[in-house]
Formats: sequence, C-alpha cells, structure tokens
Amino acid sequence: MTAAPTRADSTSSAVKLPAVVARRSTLDLVLRARELGIVLALAALVAVTAISNPRFLSSQSIRDILLGTAILAVLAVGQAVVVITRNIDLSVGSVLGLSAFTVGTLLRDNPGLPVVVALLIGAGVGGACGAVNGVLVRYGNVPALVVTLGTLYVVRGITYFWAGGQQINADELPAGFLDFGNATLLGIPYLVLIALLVLVITGVVLRNYRVGRELYAMGSSPQAARLAGISVGRRTIGAFGVSGALAGLAGVLFAARFGTIDAAAGTGYELNVVAAVVVGGVAVFGGSGSVWGAALGALLLTTIASSLAVLEINQFWQQAIVGGLILLAIGADRLVAARVAASLKKRGSHVS
Amino acid sequence: MPTEAPVLRVRAVSKSFGAVAAVQGVSFDLYGSEAHALVGENGAGKSTIVKMLAGVHRPDAGTLELDGVPIELTTPADAKAAGIAVIYQEPTLFPDLSVAENIAMGRQPLGRFKTIDRAAMIKQAEQLFTRLGVSIEPSRPARGLSIADQQLVEIAKALSADARVVVMDEPTAALTGVEVERLFAVARSLRDDGAALVFISHRFEEITALCERVTIMRDGKHVSTDLVSEVSVDEMVRRMVGRELGALFPKQDVTPGAVVLSVAGLTRDPVFADVSFEVRAGEIVALAGLVGSGRSEVVQSIFGVDPRDAGTVTVAGKKLKPASPRAAMAAGVALVPEDRRQQGLVMELSIERNVTLPRSRALSQLGFLTGSNERRSAKEWTQRLKTKYGRLQDEVGTLSGGNQQKVVLAKWLATAPKLLIVDEPTRGIDVGTKAEVHRLMSSLAAEGVAVLMVSSELPEVLGMADRVLVMREGRLVAELDRERATEESVMFAAMGQEATV
Repeated sequence: MTAAPTRADSTSSAVKLPAVVARRSTLDLVLRARELGIVLALAALVAVTAISNPRFLSSQSIRDILLGTAILAVLAVGQAVVVITRNIDLSVGSVLGLSAFTVGTLLRDNPGLPVVVALLIGAGVGGACGAVNGVLVRYGNVPALVVTLGTLYVVRGITYFWAGGQQINADELPAGFLDFGNATLLGIPYLVLIALLVLVITGVVLRNYRVGRELYAMGSSPQAARLAGISVGRRTIGAFGVSGALAGLAGVLFAARFGTIDAAAGTGYELNVVAAVVVGGVAVFGGSGSVWGAALGALLLTTIASSLAVLEINQFWQQAIVGGLILLAIGADRLVAARVAASLKKRGSHVS
Repeated sequence: MPTEAPVLRVRAVSKSFGAVAAVQGVSFDLYGSEAHALVGENGAGKSTIVKMLAGVHRPDAGTLELDGVPIELTTPADAKAAGIAVIYQEPTLFPDLSVAENIAMGRQPLGRFKTIDRAAMIKQAEQLFTRLGVSIEPSRPARGLSIADQQLVEIAKALSADARVVVMDEPTAALTGVEVERLFAVARSLRDDGAALVFISHRFEEITALCERVTIMRDGKHVSTDLVSEVSVDEMVRRMVGRELGALFPKQDVTPGAVVLSVAGLTRDPVFADVSFEVRAGEIVALAGLVGSGRSEVVQSIFGVDPRDAGTVTVAGKKLKPASPRAAMAAGVALVPEDRRQQGLVMELSIERNVTLPRSRALSQLGFLTGSNERRSAKEWTQRLKTKYGRLQDEVGTLSGGNQQKVVLAKWLATAPKLLIVDEPTRGIDVGTKAEVHRLMSSLAAEGVAVLMVSSELPEVLGMADRVLVMREGRLVAELDRERATEESVMFAAMGQEATV
C-alpha cells in the first residue's frame, strides 16, 4: 500500500520517529518483494531462454510477446479491479468473444467506421455485460463466482446463436483496422500503447483517487465499508462495469490482432486472466494488490508460453507450469502475509 | 451542570425484530460536554439504541432530534454526516489500508486534479494522534494493531469528522487496565472539547469514574435517567434486574450422584484461564456471566470444538482428548450450541435426518442408512419432546424457532448422553416452548443426566440451576448454591462488584 511513500512524509516522520522509519523500509521491501519477485522470475526466464536460443530476443519474437501481453494485460487490469473488491469476474473470455464478433460484424458491414469508434463500441458492449454482472451480484445477493459463471455461458451462448457458425475473415475487415493491429508508434505497437494507457489510468485511479481507495476498502472489510458510509452496491456495479468494458476493449484488440473472428474467440481466457492476477499478487480475498502486479503477471504468463515454444518444450507442459506458478504465488503470499503480520504485531501496541 | 439545550434527543424510539420488541418507547437527552452512561442487562436493548444512532437500524416509531431538529438516519453515511460517530466493541477498520487512510476514508484531503494528498493525509493523522496524546504510526497498515489501538484509531476518525456525538459501545471489554486509563483520558478530553459522549459498559467503576449521567434500560424499556452522583451502584443494579421471578422454572429436587464432569485448570489464551469445576449426575449447573465473559468458549472447549491450551476435562472418570468432538461424543457428552441455525442443525435436511445425524453409524446396516430405522428413531424422540411438525421429511428450516430447538435436543438426547451441555437453551423461543424445554431439562436431570447450562437469562439461571458458576473476563469468579444465588449476587459477581446488599 505504501509503495512509494512521498518524500514529505518520510522526512517529517524521520524527525520524530527515526527508528520507526528504518523498520518501515524493511517492511516496504517485503511488501514490494511480490512485484520484485515477478520481475526477477521474468529476467531469469528471458536469460535462460535467450542463452539457449538467441532468436528469442529477435524483434519479431519480442513483438509477439508484447502483443499477446497487451490483450491479456487489459483483461487482467479489469479483473484486478474486481478482485480487489473481493469479487471475481469469470465472464471476461465470453465478453471478449461477443465484443470481437460485434465489432467484426460492424466493420465488415461498414468499412468506413473509424477505429476509435470500434474501440468505443467494443468497450460499450463489454461495459453493458459487466453492468449486468454487477447488478446481479448486488441485487441478487449471489456470489460473483456463481453469477459470472452463469453469464460466462449465457454470453457465449448468445454469441454462438448470433454467429451461427459463420466466421469473419481478415479479408472481410477494412485494411485500416488491420493496420491498426500492426502499426507502431515510435516502434511500439498501438495495442501495447493502449494497454499501457489503460494500465496507467486504472493504476492512478486506484491509488490516488477516493473511488479507488473505496474499492480497496470494500475488499478489505465489506462490513466496515458499509459502516463507513461507502456506497458498496454502486461501487460493486462500477467495478464489474470496468472489468466488462476492458474485456470488450480487449475484444477489439483481439479482432485487430488476429483478423479472424468466430464465435469461439476468447474461450478459456478467463482462467488465464485470473491466473495472471493471482500470480501478480492481487489477493483473492480482496483489499490488496495492484494493477501493476496484474499486468506483470500477464507479461510473465505470456513470456512463459512463448519461451516454452522456443525451448522446444512440449506445449502440454505449459499448463502444468502455469498451475505450479499459481500455487507458488499463493504460497509466497501466505508466507509474506505471515511475516508481515508477525512484524506488525511486534510493532504493535506502544503501551507496555 | 450544562444548562443549555441537549445536543441530541432520543424521543420515544421503538424497534422490533419480528415478534421481539427490542426497544420500546425509550427517551433520553444527550448534552454537550457530558458523558452519558447507558446500562442494562444483556438484551436490554442498548445495542439496538446504538445501531439506531449509527444509522444501521431505523426506529419503527419515535424520532431523533439533533439541536431540536428531527433527523432521519437511514444509512451509516447519514449518521456520519450528522456528526454521530460510533465506536464498536470490535472496531471496524480496513486491515489492508494504512492507519491514516482508515481515518480519512471518504474525507481524504485532495490535491491537484482531485488526487489524494497523501502527505497531507498522514500529517492530519499525526496531528490527531498528537492531540490524543498517543503514538500510532499513521502509515502502517491497520492489520496487527491491538484492539486498544484500533479503538484509538476509531476515536481519531470521530475527531477528524468533528463528531458532536460519540457513542462507545463497550469499548473497555477487551482492554487491559493501562489501556482503559488511556482510553478514558482521551474520552475525557473529547468530552471537555464539547462532544456528547454515550458510554456503554458493564463495569460500574468505569461509569462512576467517567460519566455524569446514567440511563438504565431493562427489557427494551427506559427505567430511569439520573445524575451518576445521585444514584448508588446498588440502586443501579436493582433497577437493571428488578423483576419478579415467575413460577416458570420447575426444577425437581434431585440428590446429586457421582461426578460426571470434572474440569481442572482449563485454559485457552486469551479467552479464559484456569477454569475448574465439577458437575454431578442429576445436577443442573448454570454457567452465568456477561456476554463475552468466556462462557460459551469454555463449553466449546470442553466439547472439543475449540482447542485448549492447558487443563484436563474428565467425563465419567475418562480423560477427554483435547479438540476432539468425536472423543467427547464417544464419552457421552452432548452439546446443544448457542446458535442452532449455524451449528446445531442442517437447515436444508429433513427433520428425521437431523435427529439421527449423530448416530448415522449406529443406525446403519452394512454401512447403509435405512430409512425405516431412521424414521422409527426420529419419531420416538420428536414425540417425546412434543415437537410440532407436518411431516418428518420436511426441511428443518420450515419449523419455528422453538421446535427447531426441540429437534436439536432430540438429536442429542437420542444419543443417551451422560452429560448434556446446553448453550442459551431458550434464546429466541416463546414462553410456552421455553417452559417445555425447562421441564425437559429437569426431567433429564431426574433421570441422572448431568446438565451444564450456559444462560444469559438470570431468571432461567436462578430457577433451573442447583448451582451457579459465575464467570467474569475469562475467569470463574464465584460459585453460588441455590440458596445464595439471587439476581443481585449473580450480577454483582458478573460485574466484579462486592455484594453489599
């Protein structure tokens, strides 16, 4: 939480409580170790893969990883927002599929549609799905796990019904849209820039705005949040709306990157997304973690997938490795949580 | 004496939950710069009043007036906006957020582009703590703070909101002596700054030390409001309990037999320590004390639901393995828990399945449960207890509270226990069923079952029990036999006052 204590506060308290500040920095390190751990794992993975096959660091390979990460990261950011409030959104893969198919159909029939409008439509479709999730969780008083498992199938079913087996191919899509999927700005693909934009905006809102802090508060203690006068219901709907909108946005990115869209687009993505969020250190019980971690988790998972290919390790191992990583991440969380709790207790009451 | 108009007037408020009238027509006034004690037995309606002030419950009738203007508090946010801050016994902080953020939640100082100004927020918290004279680090997470420190954070929260009415619901229940002193110092300075304080406590020495005025409640009704200096502690106790004992509790006289339960030095940190007592066959022993004194925890530890840190539990000469309900059941112990919905019954299962649940092994043939065996046994016991139900196959959840309690009793009595432990056996059930449950417990004792009863209802304790054990703050503080057990003597022991009546 205190990822970057501002200069003003560390100096002001350093005057009065020097000992405490020293101890706080070690605590910060433990708390930040999560994101640090992912970065280290990532570095080790890249190093090992690059040594055994230097082509791993070719610009094409890096580009592929970044493009893949961009889509997963946008989904993971949305998922993190929901998980921070002690909920979960399993419908994101289906929402991505619906949004991709909607936008694909619209672009096929109206080739003149600007890319920005396509992005907005995708986000709108997703946002609507998310709002439905939020309303069901809020007013149905049903756990998010069950609600979004239901909408996962419902949304996918709607897409299948609508598509009826047809597929939208790259040659049916306007060239401008496909260019957008490949074009770069200063060498960075647009998709990556969009993902970064989403990440930075969400990260800042969560960290520096009241709304963001209220989401953390809700996840940290729903009961206390209610007593503190936070409008829990509205915030829940909002969080699901954001997750849905970002899943919809990811659907447009998906369409632009692959060019081929059928009703099965994004099937099974929800598990990758949840994995990225958990590996990225967002606590499944809400209240802690950051979208930065979630995005790093997305980067790590994508990198693992492509490095396994480069290392010529059987793709089937990938699932086992991702699974192991999730267990490792959760184990590390428990360990860190226990140590932090112990150190906080020690610093506990000043009355003695 | 403050002569100005009251800050907050509680005007004839009432609140019912279902058929239970928790608060009926209670009125009292709160003045600025004054601490006002609210006292009463468990269930007298204090907490309901607190929740109305906090905007959690809405009064069914009556009004709250702030500075003479009627206000409606429909949500906690309304109460906050009206300047009413509530500090609960168990503080409600966000463990993952920093202390400063906990204090400022919803009112964070904003900087450029409406972003939260963290430096200012931490400074604000530091200033509040300086004003309170405590040193809690504002940037640490709230997780791991002691209860006392959490309460101080809550008080800082109230201060930062410029609360004019500060309600403290049993704030001292979980504090040590030093912590209580510090809390009182803070509370006094709050009061001297002009806040109206509502203070709820079961400890009279705290009330006389801190408060100017005291309102006494009983059974949801207002009894009296007086200056603390004008009413003695004895008088307060008398007004709190003063009611007639009906002839509701027919305990048959039984000559106690052999020792069935023997508890020696039972300890579980930090809930209770060094609890020792015996229960003989044919005896009903009541475990009395205030809510939170550790009664339920003791019986749960005896039954093995909760672990124990030290001590032994012996049932009929056999030492029980700790933390093993299975061993306790095998030794002939049955526990009817306090919360029958959560712990006593499986609401979705049928009546017969619930009754036979602890004996599913004994009733099965070749490992299969046969319906006919189950039904026969269930029928026998529900008839003995005069349970009212449609069909034995109905879900237990469809029965009334009293009949549910009978099903729980049937379930355990069918195991033919040597020791029956009942935790709040008649909570939330009507008078008629209550009498039946009492009659049943009495006849069981007459058959030679040892009964250990936890109860918050003094009339029940006094009417049913051969002996009363009183717990206070995790310790056994008194053992009173039938002759010496009176409402006053039990209450005095439970609150840590000498009996001077």
